[in-house]
Amino acid sequence: MNSMDSLKETMRRDRVFNFLAPGTHAASSKELDISHDTILYVEGITVSFDGFKALNDLNLHISNGELRCIIGPNGAGKTTMMDVITGKTRPDEGMAFFGQTMDLTKLTEYEIASAGIGRKFQKPTVFPEHSVFENLELAMHTNKNVWPSLFARLSSEQHDQIMQVLDVIMLHSESKILAKNLSHGQKQWLEIGMLLMQKPKVLLVDEPIAGMTHQETERTAELLTSLAGEHSVIVVEHDMEFVRSIAKTVTVLHEGHVLAEGSMDEVQNDSRVIEVYLGE
Amino acid sequence: MERKSVLVSMLADDRGGRIFLSILAVVAVLVPVLNLMVSDTSALHVPTYLVTLMGKYLCYALLAIALDLVWGYCGILSLGHGAFFALGGYAMGMYLMRQIGDRGVYGNPDLPDFMVFLDWKELPWYWFGFDQFWFAAIMIMLVPGLLAFVFGWLAFRSRVTGVYLSIITQALTYALMLAFFRNEMGFGGNNGLTDFKDILGFNLQSDGTRIGLFLLSALALALGYLVSRYIVNSKLGRVTVAIRDAEDRARFVGYKVESFKLWVFVFSAVLAGIAGALYVPQVGIINPGEFSPLISIELVVWVAVGGRGFLYGAVMGAIIVNFAKSYFTAAFPEVWLFALGALFVLVTIFLPRGIVGLLEKIKQNKKEKSDAKEQVA
Repeated sequence: MNSMDSLKETMRRDRVFNFLAPGTHAASSKELDISHDTILYVEGITVSFDGFKALNDLNLHISNGELRCIIGPNGAGKTTMMDVITGKTRPDEGMAFFGQTMDLTKLTEYEIASAGIGRKFQKPTVFPEHSVFENLELAMHTNKNVWPSLFARLSSEQHDQIMQVLDVIMLHSESKILAKNLSHGQKQWLEIGMLLMQKPKVLLVDEPIAGMTHQETERTAELLTSLAGEHSVIVVEHDMEFVRSIAKTVTVLHEGHVLAEGSMDEVQNDSRVIEVYLGE
Repeated sequence: MERKSVLVSMLADDRGGRIFLSILAVVAVLVPVLNLMVSDTSALHVPTYLVTLMGKYLCYALLAIALDLVWGYCGILSLGHGAFFALGGYAMGMYLMRQIGDRGVYGNPDLPDFMVFLDWKELPWYWFGFDQFWFAAIMIMLVPGLLAFVFGWLAFRSRVTGVYLSIITQALTYALMLAFFRNEMGFGGNNGLTDFKDILGFNLQSDGTRIGLFLLSALALALGYLVSRYIVNSKLGRVTVAIRDAEDRARFVGYKVESFKLWVFVFSAVLAGIAGALYVPQVGIINPGEFSPLISIELVVWVAVGGRGFLYGAVMGAIIVNFAKSYFTAAFPEVWLFALGALFVLVTIFLPRGIVGLLEKIKQNKKEKSDAKEQVA
């Protein structure tokens, strides 16, 4: 090709430069790419606070649609791991990718949230001075920039969507109540409902059954298992019975890295896990 | 039609707002009539000084709304909101200075008196354009807005919140006060800008102009209230309250918290600037004292007394506290500061939601009593 041709090629009017084409530029793409069936890669993550290593060479791979339980003693790094994935804490080393292309260590919290990772806090955190309905409305997957929010009107489809989630979390009759007046268990559900409104691909759920009655716990187990498949769900929980009732794969964290991974039975019979939990 | 229905639906669930706007409308009609049409000797005559005083209160009320937007609805306790008010005031003051022309003490057609006094030979560049009202009008909004934008962008991006943010807003207004006290700044030093003659060709001393400014203040207050009410009723308003109550949750739900805070902060600063611009021609002077941290703190007291998180509460607080101030500083001048301090302490301890909160509580108690009676019957 002579220089004239290459110039013509470069200046072609319908040309799309590679770095502008969607999906080809690694680590900055906004499109979720799960072509390898793994939705979350956490590799070699290390986080230290004043010399204390909260996470130490942590590796974790979550498949699309999987339900994964993460257990571990206090201080094992479970919450720090969630902080890294949601952009609250930046790791000292290692990488965290959402799909093939999105580098979680470079995105901010709101970017990660709108890309499709939702998070439920350990302590149920809802908007106390807003009604249940408004809480869900605020969480809804839509344009969350400032100006569109000023002129936003709820469409009937969006209204229906909120009604559906109200059914799922069984707070239909409480929809007009201020969130601060809900019971502890209801707040947990409202927060899960808010996650659903965001239409996330990955749900990070930190201790979902704390403060729930037996019945509520069962209902929550049902809810989480029904969500897996369409969403990937990562549950951090202390209650072994609950974990046994929902988990296919369990990851045990200890001192900031993965101690064991497998089915509940495998993990429970693992000698290292027994040592950590029972101190033998 | 569409616009009207928005207005109606906005005020439908805002009883306090309807009452406030009705009172404002009645006052805006009665005061000019009683001032201009009733003779001086009649007991019903409203003297001009009172018209001006009320106009001043209306400006304060607009300023209180501005602060309530950021503090009551977004949880940003700004202890420097007086700075935006004063900047708006200075922009208006500069226009009024240029209107004096050669009628000043020194009779210099090109320079304001204080510049002649300082032996300056030509007008500094930042005074250019202020001969034109339209230019001044833009600056009244642009200067406070721009300062709020730069300040807010830096502060909110670095996630400065709570007490730390309050302290740096306080430092901001204090720094501006010190700067404006300097003669070299070219804003009249500690004397500020004064001796205004006329605005848009109307004599500032005449009753008609005073009434006009009073009505403009009333209009600005009503419009400011309605726009603010629209904002707090919109989804944006709900997001700001969500940020106030659970900032992290708002962030993980997918809101860029900094942008929302910045937007509200800038809007509030612009509103404060407009209030300042209406204030200056009525009181006839603007000096660096308006930047004093004390004034910004007093402003916080107005909103706290009225009831933060209620726009009409802020208006009520501003007017009640300032009436009290006018009375006390005339009757017992030495008591006023103590009274103000005591007021703040008492309100914080006993009325955390201000007068509006108290009224709501009384209403609720009454309702509960009548409900109980009905059940007995």
